[in-house]
Amino acid sequence: MLLLSLAYHSLKNRVLTTALTVFSIGLSIALLIGVENVRVGARESFANTISQTDLIVGARGGSLQLLLYTVFRIGSATNNISYETYDHWKNHPAVAWTIPYSLGDSHRGFRVVGTDENFYKHYRYRRDRSIEFASGRAPADVFETALGSDVARDLGYKTGDKVVITHGVASAAGRGILDHKDKPFTVTGVLAKTATPVDRSLYIPLEGISAVHIDWADGAPPMPGEEVPAEKITKQSVKIDQITSFLLRSKSRIDTLRLQREISTYTEEPLQAIIPGLTLQELWRTIGYAEDALTVVTFFVTIVGLLGMLVSLYTSLNERRREMAILRAIGAGPAKIISLLVLESFLLSAAGCILGVGLVYGLSITFQPIVEQHFGLYVPIQGPTPTGWIYLGAVMVAGLIIGFIPAWKAYRNTLSDGLSVRL
Amino acid sequence: MSDAPAIRLTDVQFAYGKGPRVLNIPTLEVVAKEKVFLFGPSGSGKTTLLGVLAGVLGGYTGTVEVLGRDVAKMSGSQRDAFRGSHLGYIFQLFNLIPYLSVLENITLPCRLSAERRARLNGMSLEQAAEQTAKRLGIGELLHKPVTNLSVGQQQRVAAARSLIGTPELIIADEPTSSLDYDHREKFLELLFESCQAAGSTLLFVSHDRSLMHLFDRQLSLPDINKAGS
Repeated sequence: MLLLSLAYHSLKNRVLTTALTVFSIGLSIALLIGVENVRVGARESFANTISQTDLIVGARGGSLQLLLYTVFRIGSATNNISYETYDHWKNHPAVAWTIPYSLGDSHRGFRVVGTDENFYKHYRYRRDRSIEFASGRAPADVFETALGSDVARDLGYKTGDKVVITHGVASAAGRGILDHKDKPFTVTGVLAKTATPVDRSLYIPLEGISAVHIDWADGAPPMPGEEVPAEKITKQSVKIDQITSFLLRSKSRIDTLRLQREISTYTEEPLQAIIPGLTLQELWRTIGYAEDALTVVTFFVTIVGLLGMLVSLYTSLNERRREMAILRAIGAGPAKIISLLVLESFLLSAAGCILGVGLVYGLSITFQPIVEQHFGLYVPIQGPTPTGWIYLGAVMVAGLIIGFIPAWKAYRNTLSDGLSVRL
Repeated sequence: MSDAPAIRLTDVQFAYGKGPRVLNIPTLEVVAKEKVFLFGPSGSGKTTLLGVLAGVLGGYTGTVEVLGRDVAKMSGSQRDAFRGSHLGYIFQLFNLIPYLSVLENITLPCRLSAERRARLNGMSLEQAAEQTAKRLGIGELLHKPVTNLSVGQQQRVAAARSLIGTPELIIADEPTSSLDYDHREKFLELLFESCQAAGSTLLFVSHDRSLMHLFDRQLSLPDINKAGS
C-alpha cells in the first residue's frame, strides 16, 4: 500500500510527463483495439452482406463467380437457368422462400436486377435488416423500377423520373449503343441505404427484363418494323423464360445441406448451390491479408508507445537519485526500490490501457454512424474483442517487464550511491 | 541492548573495490545516549564511515557493531530492516521526498517499517508525527507541501522524520551546513531536546567546529582513521 501511494504521488508529481506518457500509450492502445474492432467489424459486415439466405443457386460454374455476380454484382453469369427449373425449386416442400434474380442489363454503369416482390419481402442483410424504402414504393407494373440509394444519389433520380436501360453490362461511357430506348422505366421508389451492394443496382420486375427483350431474336435487337410497342405489353402478357440465379431459404437449417446436394445433382439442368457464408469466408481469406498488415503496423505503434514510457521513466531516474537515497536511509531495501519503479511503469501502462479503451468507446460512439454511411462499414460499439483483451494483457505485461529496466538502473544507482548522492 | 555501546568499531578497514584504503579505524566507541560530534575535512572518510554504520556499505574487514548487533552478520534485507527501525538519518540537504506532504515525509519510516511503527507507544501515526513536529517547532507545517518550506524548515522536518518512533541512534550528516549561524544553534537545541526525550544516541558529523562545544564528546576523524597516514 505504501509503495502504491508512493508510486501514485511520484507520478502525480511529474504530472506533465505522466500525462504525456499515459496519452501516448492510450493512443497506441486505442489504435490497437480500434483496428482490431474495425477488422472484426469489416469481417462481420462482409459476412453479413447477405443474411438469412441459406443457398445461392445458379447455373453450374465457379462458386466464387456465382457469389460475385449474385451478391456483389461483379462479373456476369455464363449461363442462365430456366424458369421451369426455378419454379420447381421454388415450390419444393423444404423451401421457405426464394428470391429470383435476372441479371445482364445495366443503366449508366449500374446493374439492373430483375426480381419479384419476394426481394422486398424476404431479402435480409446484416443479420435481420430488410429492404426499406427511403421514398416511394416497390415497382408493381412491368415498366416500373426501384433504385438503390447510390444510384439515386449519383444520378440524381427521384420518383417519377424515366430511366432507359441498356442491353448488356456497359460502363457509364459505353451507354447508348444498345439502349432499350423504346421501353423506358418509371422510378416508383428509392431504397433506403443498406451500405451493401444492394445500393448500387436498379430493381425491376422479372417481367420487365423479359419485356425489354420481347421483340429480340437470338440476342439481337428487332429489325425496324418488328418492334413491339411498350403500350401493348402487360404483366400478364409477358412470359418469363429464364432467370440468372436465385436466393433460397430452407424451412429448417437441417434441410440446407440435403437441399444443396439435391440441387447439385438435379438432372433436368446443371445447377450449383453455394452456402453464402462459406463462400464469403473463402473470399475474405483471399482479400483479408490487408488486415494482417494493419495489425502489424499497430503493434509497432504500441511498441513505440511503451518505449516512450521507458524513456520517460529512465530519464527521470537521475533527478530521483536523491529520493532513492532517502528511501534507502529510512530502511527501504533494493527490492522495495525495484518494486516502486516497476509499479510506476505498471500504473502508467494500466492507465494507458484504460484511456485507450475509453478512447475506442468514445470514438466508435462518435464516428460509428459516419463510418457506416460513408464506408458501408458497421463497426459495433464494443470494448475489446477476446483478441483485444489478449492485446491489453500483453501491453500490461510488457509495461511490467519494461519497468524492470529503469528499476534495475535505480537499484544499481542505490548500490553505488549508498546514502550519499554526488550532486 | 541498552548496556551495549551504541557504536563499536574494531579494526575496521575498508576500500572501494581495489582502490586505496579509505577507512582504517582500530577502535571507535560511542556510548548509548551520548551526543558525539565527529569532525574532519572532506576526504577524511566521513561519508564512507556513515555508509558502513548505516549498513549500506559492506565488504570491510573487522567488526562493526551498532546497538550491540554485528552488522556484517546480518543479511542485506535484515540490515535494511534494522536501519529502518533503529536508525534515524539526516542528510546535509534535500532530505525530503518532494511529492509528499510534510506529514507524509515524517511518517514515512513508520509506514515502511512495522517495527518502527510498533515503537510509537500506542500513539497513532498522526499523533506521533504531531508530537515530534511540535517539539521541533514545525507543528503548523504538517499539511504543507514540502516544496514550500525554507531550508531551515526542511531540515527540521528531516529531523522529525529521523526521530519519529524513537530510534536508538540518530546519524546526522552535516545537517546544519546549509543553515546560517542563528538557525544552526536553534536547530541543534531542538535536536538535542528531542534526542533527550527519545533517549537516542546522536552521532553528528560536521566540519564546522563552531558547534562542537555543545556536544558531550568531540571526535576528530583524522585522529581515529589511520587510512590517510
